[in-house]
Amino acid sequence: MGGTVSAQEGTANLLEVRGLTKIFGTLTACDHIDLTIGKGEIHALLGENGAGKSTLVKMLFGSLEPHSGEINWDGQSVRMTSPSVAKKLGIGMVFQHFSLFEALTAAENIALSLDDGAPIGTIAAKARALSYSYGLPLDPDSLVGDLSVGERQRIEIIRCLLQAPQLIILDEPTSVLTPQEADKLFETLERLRAEGKSILYISHRLEEVKRLCDRATVLRHGKVVGHCNPREETASSLARMMVGNEVKSAERTPITLEGAQELLSVCGLSRKPAGPFSTPLKNIWLAVKAGEILGIAGVAGNGQGELFEALSGEVQQTSADSVRIRGKDAGRLDITGRRLLGAAFVPEERLGHGAAPRMKLSENLLLSRYATDGKAFVGSGGMVKNGAVYDAAQRIIKIMDVRKSAPDPEAAALSGGNLQKFIVGRELDRQPTVMVVNQPTWGVDAGASAHIRQALIELARGGSAVLVISQDLDELFEISDAIAVMHNGELSKPIPIAEATFERIGLLMGGAEPGHVDQKLETA
Amino acid sequence: MRLELVKRPQRSMLFSALSPFIAFGLTIVAGAILFALLGINPLTAFYTYFISPITEVWQLHELAIKAAPLILIAVGLSVCFRSNIWNIGAEGQFVFGAIVGSVIPVLYPDMQGPFVLPLMLLMGMVGGAAYAAIPAFLKTRFNTNEILTSLMLVYVAQLFLDWLVRGPWRDPKGFNFPQTVQFNPSAVLPELMPMSGRANLGFVFALVAAVLVWILMSRMLKGFEIRVLGSSPRAGRFAGFSFNRMVFFAFMLSGALAGLAGISEVSGAIGQLQPSISPGYGFTAIIVAFLGRLNPLGIVAAGLVLGLTYLGGEAAQSVLGISDKVARVFQGMLLFFVLGCDTLIHYRIRLVGLAPKLDASPKLEEAH
Repeated sequence: MGGTVSAQEGTANLLEVRGLTKIFGTLTACDHIDLTIGKGEIHALLGENGAGKSTLVKMLFGSLEPHSGEINWDGQSVRMTSPSVAKKLGIGMVFQHFSLFEALTAAENIALSLDDGAPIGTIAAKARALSYSYGLPLDPDSLVGDLSVGERQRIEIIRCLLQAPQLIILDEPTSVLTPQEADKLFETLERLRAEGKSILYISHRLEEVKRLCDRATVLRHGKVVGHCNPREETASSLARMMVGNEVKSAERTPITLEGAQELLSVCGLSRKPAGPFSTPLKNIWLAVKAGEILGIAGVAGNGQGELFEALSGEVQQTSADSVRIRGKDAGRLDITGRRLLGAAFVPEERLGHGAAPRMKLSENLLLSRYATDGKAFVGSGGMVKNGAVYDAAQRIIKIMDVRKSAPDPEAAALSGGNLQKFIVGRELDRQPTVMVVNQPTWGVDAGASAHIRQALIELARGGSAVLVISQDLDELFEISDAIAVMHNGELSKPIPIAEATFERIGLLMGGAEPGHVDQKLETA
Repeated sequence: MRLELVKRPQRSMLFSALSPFIAFGLTIVAGAILFALLGINPLTAFYTYFISPITEVWQLHELAIKAAPLILIAVGLSVCFRSNIWNIGAEGQFVFGAIVGSVIPVLYPDMQGPFVLPLMLLMGMVGGAAYAAIPAFLKTRFNTNEILTSLMLVYVAQLFLDWLVRGPWRDPKGFNFPQTVQFNPSAVLPELMPMSGRANLGFVFALVAAVLVWILMSRMLKGFEIRVLGSSPRAGRFAGFSFNRMVFFAFMLSGALAGLAGISEVSGAIGQLQPSISPGYGFTAIIVAFLGRLNPLGIVAAGLVLGLTYLGGEAAQSVLGISDKVARVFQGMLLFFVLGCDTLIHYRIRLVGLAPKLDASPKLEEAH
């Protein structure tokens, strides 16, 4: 770290932002933001959802034009009129929501953004070499549509690095990574810092900000509330700056599951791979009892998405008894049939899967509830009771504290965290007996995550079975009663939370066979 | 130097609403240039084209006759297009519906009574729906492109009709003209106000269909399903809606309405089957659907406008002595400008040249 400090001292700042302001209608999204990033510095940008982080970054990257304020790049005043201007200056961006074409391969997606007409083969070779040298292995010939979120992020990072940027903006990069993967990413980032590159690191994971970042700028309600050195702060002091008050982590009351009824059981579920690069499911057994939260950990792309689809009924099984909900065979029911048995589902992707982006929140409520709440929401002759749907949507918005700009906005108009709160709330509002959630708090800020996790715990303690698929181990340790690990389409035996450690779970995530884990731990 | 379309962060609600009118205005301007080049005073031309065809009551009846099939077909197509299913073969479904609906008056002319007409209309709808089910089946079973299959089936239907009226269905007392017998009175669609003009029940069907589909799309769960599957298929699957079922529903609904339009045209305006029974209604209805912003009530207005272009074409031919194909030119320009306006609401045009490079790269060089 010593080298880093001297690099900072020797040169001028790479980026200086003065009084940057952006106004949308009556909302001042960014209010006179000042930000300085030195050369060879990892600078954290902290803030809750809706604090103005995204707006600020979009202005830096040229996709939004500021109302007032100035941006200095390497001592020169510049106008970021478009992302291509920003790219040419040397700013690279890795978005939280990826902009990749699913029908194209990783290499083709990279080629599209490079704009220099190099042949695909050359780009693929370069991408492969770069990805391995930075510890982010990537197969450039795989189709994006078949890749997991974590793998897609690697494409975005490699694509960004190929343009040899001076400043790299990363938006919530570790939210989809395992601890080991995150460590690798940190090594990559530290190496980039040692090479003299600057990084603007947006995150709400305070521990990693403390570990990685040299300085931090904290935003709240569109204003800078402070600049600080995160190493001198505690996680809770940073959280206080971000949120304005203390954040409670979710409280999990202990529970005994002796004799509790199995509400969700999966018996010998297998599934052939849906595409050339997707993971097959191999003989999966699991059971979730009333009152229990079972967590499923795993590195992105090990079959979690496939498992979710098989459980939800978006893909049906050939044998009816491979999935049982409340003791009834559900393997050959579609998603509506499984919902009618009392199950609820929250998929990983919010926009386009869990919610239709261009539809209002009330319509998105109807999306998953028209059958289960048929009497309340749909009248005789298939007429939708718009008033009842609207009222129910408003109730969920209130309970989940969804922040929005209009009474009933389009789903795409909400920030990721707020939309997630709505989608989780939409299912909780039904009081489902079985709840299957994939990545409940991906990219959701601390305050909202705690809210969602607490709600899941309360649902379970109320007598429902909750299955949480997540790549966030902190989250699983916080809420689960037992954790099972997915690796390469296989599921380990669940480990009760009292016996689970990061190390043990991490080994299983890396592919250690269930039977060998204990031995390895003992010898270690 | 090249042109690039850049997505606008926000759509302007104002211009979304104005776009059909702007498109119409641009069509008028382009039309004026066209007439000027043909050596005709644009004002005279426009008067002949758009005003003179609706100056008398009987002419309004003619407009209703032309607009009815356009509205009926376009209302059905709007359901297809909203669900992102591209039925381009409404012309074929129109023709096939007309053929099936004509079975009774052509083959069983002695069958008469009040039940004949409703039965004919029903058979016309079934025929159109069945014909539309072919591309739906091909799409869901073999994943064929419905744009191609539905379009190709148009020519199959037209040639089948041609063969029927020249062959097995030809009127034996018709002096070898390629046409069927005249429908008997109980097989003819009644006129609305026979005192003032020829307009028949078809226009009423069109208005009723527009209102019903409007209710379906905006108030009913089925309409919600159509919109969800059209705008985000994966969310639709998550909701438990089946895309394959939707393909059949959308094709068969629009096919049924096109078939109803077909049999109404034959039993109302024409009175018999002949080799050609449509001046391209099924294709013009695509323009109507988009000009009406895929909204059934907007489609009623758009159908009247496009119906006028047919009448204007006829008037231009008789008064100005120019080809009635000018009507097609007008329709084409209108669709072009509608789609152009819609594109520009969602995107802005950017010139990509050398300029940004020159702007940015020296700064980089100075920096190093």
